[in-house]
Amino acid sequence: MARKHVVTTINGDECDFLCESDETLLSVIRNQLRLTGTKEGCSTGDCGACSVMLDGRLVCSCLTLAVEAEGKVIDTIEGMSEDGNLHILQRKFIEHAALQCGICTPGFLIAAKALLERNPNPTETEVRYWLAGNLCRCTGYHKIVEAVMDAATEMRG
Amino acid sequence: MIMDFHAPSTTDELSSLLSNSSEKKHLLAGGTDLLVQMQSQIIEPSIVIDIKNISEMMEIKDDVDGFYVGAAVSGMTIIEHQGFSDTWPGVIDGVKLIGSIQIKGRASMGGNLCNASPAADSIPAMIASDAKAIILGSKGKRDMLVEDFVLGPGKNILKSDEVLVGIKFPKKRNNSSGAYLRFTPRTEMDIAVAGVGVNISLGDKFQIEHAKVSIGAVAEKALVAEAAAKVLIGKKVDEEVIEKFVSEVRNLARPIDDKRGTVEFRKQVIGVLAKRALNIALERISHG
Amino acid sequence: MSDFVAYEDKKLKTIGTRPLRPDGVDKVTGRARYGADINLPGQLYGSVLRSPHAHAKIKSIDVSKAKALTGVKAVITSKDFEDMPSQVIPVGELVANFRDVTRNVMAREKVLYDGHAVAAVAATSEVIAKKAINLIKVEYEVLPHVIDVADAMNEDAPLLDENQFTQGEIRVLGGDTTKEPVPDKPSNIAKRLTFVKGDIDSGFKDAHLILERVFATKPVHQGYIEPHASVASYTEDGQVELYTCTQGHFTIRAQCAKLLSMDVSKIKVIPTELGGGFGGKNNVYLEPLAITLSKIARRPVKMVMSRNEVFRASGPSPAGRTYVKLGLNKKGKIIAADAQIDMQSGAFPGTPLGQATITCFTRYDIENVRVIGHDVISNRPKVAAYRAPGAPVAAFGVESVIDEAAKKLSIDPIDIRILNAAKEGTQTYYGVKFPRIGFEETLQKAKRHKNYHIPLKENQGRGVATGFWMNIGMDTTASLNVNDDGTIAVSVGTIDVAGGSRASLAMMVAEEFGIDSDKVRVTTGDTSQLGFNFVTAGSRGTFAGGIVSVLAARDAIEECKLRAAKTWNVKVEEVVWENGFARPASTNVGPFEPLSLSEIARNATRTGGPIAGHCEKNVQGAGPSFGTQIVDVEVDKETGSVKILRHTIVQDAGKAIHPAYVEGQYQGGAVQGIGWALNEEYIYGKDGRLQNPGFLDYRVPVASDVPFIDVEIVEVPNPYHPYGVRGIGEVPIIPPTAAIANAINDAIGVRFETLPLSPPKVLSAIIGN
Repeated sequence: MARKHVVTTINGDECDFLCESDETLLSVIRNQLRLTGTKEGCSTGDCGACSVMLDGRLVCSCLTLAVEAEGKVIDTIEGMSEDGNLHILQRKFIEHAALQCGICTPGFLIAAKALLERNPNPTETEVRYWLAGNLCRCTGYHKIVEAVMDAATEMRG
Repeated sequence: MIMDFHAPSTTDELSSLLSNSSEKKHLLAGGTDLLVQMQSQIIEPSIVIDIKNISEMMEIKDDVDGFYVGAAVSGMTIIEHQGFSDTWPGVIDGVKLIGSIQIKGRASMGGNLCNASPAADSIPAMIASDAKAIILGSKGKRDMLVEDFVLGPGKNILKSDEVLVGIKFPKKRNNSSGAYLRFTPRTEMDIAVAGVGVNISLGDKFQIEHAKVSIGAVAEKALVAEAAAKVLIGKKVDEEVIEKFVSEVRNLARPIDDKRGTVEFRKQVIGVLAKRALNIALERISHG
Repeated sequence: MSDFVAYEDKKLKTIGTRPLRPDGVDKVTGRARYGADINLPGQLYGSVLRSPHAHAKIKSIDVSKAKALTGVKAVITSKDFEDMPSQVIPVGELVANFRDVTRNVMAREKVLYDGHAVAAVAATSEVIAKKAINLIKVEYEVLPHVIDVADAMNEDAPLLDENQFTQGEIRVLGGDTTKEPVPDKPSNIAKRLTFVKGDIDSGFKDAHLILERVFATKPVHQGYIEPHASVASYTEDGQVELYTCTQGHFTIRAQCAKLLSMDVSKIKVIPTELGGGFGGKNNVYLEPLAITLSKIARRPVKMVMSRNEVFRASGPSPAGRTYVKLGLNKKGKIIAADAQIDMQSGAFPGTPLGQATITCFTRYDIENVRVIGHDVISNRPKVAAYRAPGAPVAAFGVESVIDEAAKKLSIDPIDIRILNAAKEGTQTYYGVKFPRIGFEETLQKAKRHKNYHIPLKENQGRGVATGFWMNIGMDTTASLNVNDDGTIAVSVGTIDVAGGSRASLAMMVAEEFGIDSDKVRVTTGDTSQLGFNFVTAGSRGTFAGGIVSVLAARDAIEECKLRAAKTWNVKVEEVVWENGFARPASTNVGPFEPLSLSEIARNATRTGGPIAGHCEKNVQGAGPSFGTQIVDVEVDKETGSVKILRHTIVQDAGKAIHPAYVEGQYQGGAVQGIGWALNEEYIYGKDGRLQNPGFLDYRVPVASDVPFIDVEIVEVPNPYHPYGVRGIGEVPIIPPTAAIANAINDAIGVRFETLPLSPPKVLSAIIGN
C-alpha cells in the first residue's frame, strides 16, 4: 500500500511528510520530523509524556494516527518558547525546581498551558485533576503544582 | 500492517464504504480504544474509517425534543457545552471519567458506547437518562434504547453495514436530575471497579415520580436496575427506602473476580455508590 | 591523600542557596537528549522475542524464517553469546556472577520468567523487526513454576536451578563469622545471612511485652517514565560506541566487556540524559543485544523497550515476607529484637540481602539482636535495586510492630522511638559504630512539627515511621579545567540521576574557588574521558561526586597559587587563596595586587600551560541519613478507600547544598512510598504471567492522589565531607508503607500486615470487624 502524504502545520510552520496509515502521530513527530521533545512513555495513553495540542485540544499523540494530522494545527514542546524567550510556565518550572529527570516535563508543560488557557485561575485541586493524565515518578508532583499555580498568578498579571 | 485508511465526509460515502466489501471495517472516532488495541496487537485492522469529517457525527444539537450528540464528539467538547452540561449533569459525570484530559480530548461518548466495555463510564448515565442510539445502515436509520445497544463485553448490536451516528436524549423532565459515580483505586486514570448512573424526578411533595438506575462494571454489560428503581417510586427518600434500594441494587449485581476487584468488594461498593449517586441527584434537584 | 575529607564549619557563599539548575532549560524546551532520542545514520531497529512462559526448557529455536525476511540484517540467540562459568567476579566495584548475567540477557537452557529474552533481531524498520520476531519458532517444554517467596522456599517447590545449594553465613558481633554447612538437597534458597549481637533468648526472657508478627509485601517496579533505550555501533575495527540510558556507564561498559569478551578500552559508553532510574538502570538488558546485533549487521542498532517489556523484563524490586519479634521493658525500651526477612531475587540470586538485614533494626540501640535474611529465586524477573533496596520490606514490619508496642504501652509513637534511638557511639549489630548522626534530631523536630498536633476528625488517623540508609562512597573521578577566561569546566564520572548533582557539584566547586556558581559548568564525561566511576546509587552522587570535585578544585587552586607565586617571584607558601583571588600571605611578602582567577587563567600559557586539577578516589566516609515521617489519612469506611491528608518528612541531609533539590528528593521518594503502600503491586496469574504490565493496571500515584508534602531539612553535618553532605535520596521511600499502615490503624483500629493497602483489603477488614 502506498504511503500517505500528509500536509499539516507544526509549531506554526507548514510541513509535510509521508507515513503508513497505521503510524501514530507520535512516531512521525519523533522519528521523521525529529522533534524528539515529545516522549514515548507507554504508548497506551496512560502516562501523558506524548501530550501535544491538536487543533487546540490537549491529546495523547500515541493514540492519534499520523494521517489524522492532515490540515490540522499541531503544537509541541519545541514551539512553546516565544521568540527565544521561555514561556512563563517553562520559567516557573525551572525556578521552582519542578523537574528532576525531566522526561515528563514536556508533557506537563503542554498540559499545564492547555489548562491555563481554559482556566486562568485554577485551584490546587483543579490543577491536580487536570494533570492526572501526566505521570511523574521523580517529584511527587509537589513542585509541579506549585510552579503551575505560580505561573497562573503571574499570567493573570 | 497494511491498513487501508478512509476519511469520508458524508454519511452516504460512509455507507457505501461499509457495504462495498465483506472485510471487517473499524471505525475511528477518538481512537483511544482502537489504537490501544492496535498497539497491543489485539486487533490488526485492514480497513479503518475515520468518521470525524462527517458533520452528523460531530455536532451537538439542542432540538425541541431533546439534545442530540454526534457519535464522534469528543468528551471535552461535550463537557464544555454549557447547555448540555446543565441539562444532563449525570451524563457529564460519566463523560468526565472516561479518562484523562488528553483522552477526553479525543474519546467520544459514541466510541465509549460502541466499544461496549462492561465498565464504560458513559453508559450507565446514558441508560438512566433514557438515551437512544441512532443507527444508520444501508436500509436507513433506526434507533433503540442504549441498554439494548450493548450485547456483552466488547459486543454491540451493529450489523456490518451499520454505524452509530449519534445519541438522542429525550426532553428533560421537570424537577429532575441525575448523577454517575464510580469506584476506582486511584482518584483518576483507572477503569471503574463499579459504577452507578441514576436519573430521578420529584413530584410537588418531594416524592420520587420517576427513577431509572443503571449499574456498570458488575456484569457483562451495564444493567438496568428496575427493581431498585421501583423501590423509589412514589416515596420520599429516607433511610428505610435507601436501605431497600441499596439491597435491590446489590441483588442485581453479578460481578466477577478479576485483577481490578473481587466479587465481594464489587457487591459491597455498588450499593454504596447507588446510595451516594441518588443523594447527589437529589441535591442537584434541590439546588435547581 | 588521607582516606577522609574532614568537615569544615565555615561561612558559606554559594552552598545552601538556590541557583537555577543548569540542565533546566534543555529539559523544559525538549532539547535534552534521552536514550530514545538518539539516532545514528544508517541505523537498524532491534526487537526482542520474549518467553510467554514463567518456566520452561528451550528445546529448539528456529530462526530461519526470520532471517529470510527482507529487511532483516541480523538474528541472535544464546548461541551468539559465550557461556560463562559460575564465578563471582568483581566488575569495577560490583560483584556479579556472570553465569547469571549472561543468562538474564539471553536465556540459554531455560526460560525463567514471563518476558525472559530468547532471541533478538535487527531490521531496517521497527515494523519489519516486529514481524521477524513473530516468525521465530521456539519449542518449549513448560515446567511447573513458583513465584511467591514462601512457596519458593518450600521443600517440594519446583526448582529453578538443580545445582543451587543454600550458602549460609553467620556473623556474630565481637565474634566469628562462620559458614553454615552446605545442605545436600538443592533449594531455591540461594543464600542465608545471619547477624547476631548479644543474646536474644535472655533478652526475651526479661521482656515485659513481647510482640511477634509476620508481614508480606508485593513486588513493585521503580516506574521510571523512560523505557530502557540503547543505540550501539560496532565498527569494522572492533570498537563499540554505545549510547544508553544508565545510572553507571562505567559499570555498563564493564558488564558488556565481560559478556562479549572485549577489552574495556574498545567500548565507549556515552550516557544519555537519564529519564529516571531509581536503581533500575544499573544493569545491562538491551546493551549486549544491541552491540551483538550491530557486530553482525555492521550497522548501528537502536533498541527501545516498550512499557510492557519494561514491566516484564527489567528489574522490579523483591516481594518479601518479614517476621518480626520484639521484646520491650515496661518503659518501652527494646531489649531484644529478632527478624527474618525472606526476599525474592527473581530468576537468579542477588536480592538486596545485605541491605535489608543491615537496615532492619539499625535505627535503634538494641542490646540483643538477631537478623536472618534469605535470598530466594523464583520465576519472575531478576530484581534490580529500587531506592533503598531491601529496606522498605524490612521497615514495613519493624515500624508496624514498634507502633503496636507504643499503643500497647500507652507511649507516644515518637517518644518510644526517641527512647530507643541510635546516636553517636551506638554500636550497630553489623559492625559499624556510628559517628555523629542526626536521628534523634529528626524525631524531636517531628514531635514539635505543627502537623503532629493538628486535631483529627472521625475516620482520620495519624501514623509515624522512620527510615535509615547507610549510603556509600566508592570509586569516583573528576577532572577540572580552568578555561582561558577563568571560567571552569568540570568533567565528572558521576551520572546526574536527576537529583541535580551537576548543579550541586558546580556549587561546591564555586564555593572552593570563591566565585559565582554560574562560572562553573559540570558535565558528565563518557567512559573514554575519565577513570572508573561507580554507579550513581546508594545516594552517593552529591556526596562522593562532591568530594572528588572539591579535591579536584583544591588541586587546581594549588596550581593557581603556584602560578601567582611564579608571577610575583615568591615562594608558593607565601601565597593564599581567598574569595576568588590569589593574595600575598601578608604585607611582608611584597606590594602585590591580588590576582583574580581570570587573570591567572589568561596568563596560564606564560606561567607553564593550561591549569587543571583532578581526583580519582574510592571515597570513604559516607554519612548515614535518618528520617522521620508523619502521615495523616482518612478512611472511607464504606469503600475501604484511603486518602492521604497530610504527609510530613523530617530528614537529616547533613548539609543541603541546594535545598530545593533535597526537598524534591524527599517528596519524590515519599510519593513512591505512597504508591507502594496503597496501590502498586505485580499481579501474576495462575499461569505465572504478569497480568498488569502497563500503567493502567500498575497504579502509580497521579497528581490528584497526593497532597503537598511538607518537608523539614535537618542538618547534622557529616564529619567526613568538607561541607557535611549526607546522601539523602533513598531514605524517603522507607517510612511511608508503615506510616500509612499505622495511620490506618489509628483511624479504624485495624492493623494490616500485607501490602498494598488496597480498598478491597481495607474494606474486607472493616466489615470483618
